[in-house]
Amino acid sequence: MPFKRYVEIGRIALVNYGKDYGKLVVIVDVIDQNRALVDAPDMVRGQMNFKRLTLTDIKIDIKRVPNKKTLVAALEAADVKNKWESSSWGRKLIVQKKRASLNDFDRFKIMLAKIKKAGVVRQELAKLKKETTG
Amino acid sequence: MAPQQRKPHVCRNPDLIRGVGKYSRSKMYHKRGLWAIKAKNGGAFPKHEKQAVAAAPSEKPPKFYPADDVKKPLVNKRKARPTKLRASITPGTVLIILAGRFKGKRVVFLKQLTSGLLLVTGPFKINGVPLRRVNQSYVIATSTKVDISGVNVEKFDDKYFGKKVEKKKKKGEGEFFEAEKEEKNTLPQDKKDDQKSVDAALIQSIEAVPDLKSYLGARFSLKAGMKPHELVF
Repeated sequence: MPFKRYVEIGRIALVNYGKDYGKLVVIVDVIDQNRALVDAPDMVRGQMNFKRLTLTDIKIDIKRVPNKKTLVAALEAADVKNKWESSSWGRKLIVQKKRASLNDFDRFKIMLAKIKKAGVVRQELAKLKKETTG
Repeated sequence: MAPQQRKPHVCRNPDLIRGVGKYSRSKMYHKRGLWAIKAKNGGAFPKHEKQAVAAAPSEKPPKFYPADDVKKPLVNKRKARPTKLRASITPGTVLIILAGRFKGKRVVFLKQLTSGLLLVTGPFKINGVPLRRVNQSYVIATSTKVDISGVNVEKFDDKYFGKKVEKKKKKGEGEFFEAEKEEKNTLPQDKKDDQKSVDAALIQSIEAVPDLKSYLGARFSLKAGMKPHELVF
């Protein structure tokens, strides 16, 4: 029941609304009750309402409002990218993106692969059923 | 020696705002050097003799005036052009036909004809679509491309696909008519040969890509959860 992810300097958040939708950003300072100063390697540092952010489990070690170089170095040191992409949340997002970008031909190939896999699974199941009943 | 490159000349009288130049008439007179031209010519602008205009042949008054004024139709200089082809449609693109007998079929695009219609083939052996014309509006272009370099489509044009003009027969009896109709329903052999020659090279390049043949043989349909405006084709 207690909160586990806190808004603090160094907290990595996912932008869930607006121009930077889907980006991972670092909370670099808190402006007031509703807004944070937010920064990422590929964007200009700016303010964002907390309502636009979803906090993640990842936190990095930085001082209040570091300059871009220090921020990038800290992100590298904490290996944020790999941590994110190996987390189940990050993996889900990657899969969603891949699915959205599929070609009509890709969708066809996936359908064939699904049918094949289902066929193999069914064969194994039939084998196991035979063993238990026979 | 490299050709002398002159800097593009800035205009002598730049605009302060649209319609108002920076320099007055008298200043421009000086800038353009009109005083120097006058001086060279002894105090007046150089004059040229008027070129003698050849006397136009005298026109006779018309013999006939129409009773009512007839309006002249407006000039129309538009040229007929084939419909602009979407950038996503290039020779070899796989298209999805959306209407007609072959709706849902995935088909290979060959070229655009002069009428604007797209020349398309199944290939026939794979999905039953022959060499056919299709309108661009009834087609979804996918991003899948087939290698079409081995195919020669020069000889196909709109006339190839036009209806054959029948010679008018005199009114015959009932039996006569039925006999004629039966003969004409079969495809001429040369069209079948054209289909085969176009498809031969195509099928080779299609079989080079795994699953492409069964892809072209399957029809497209919207399934549950597919949102056309979100689909990438």
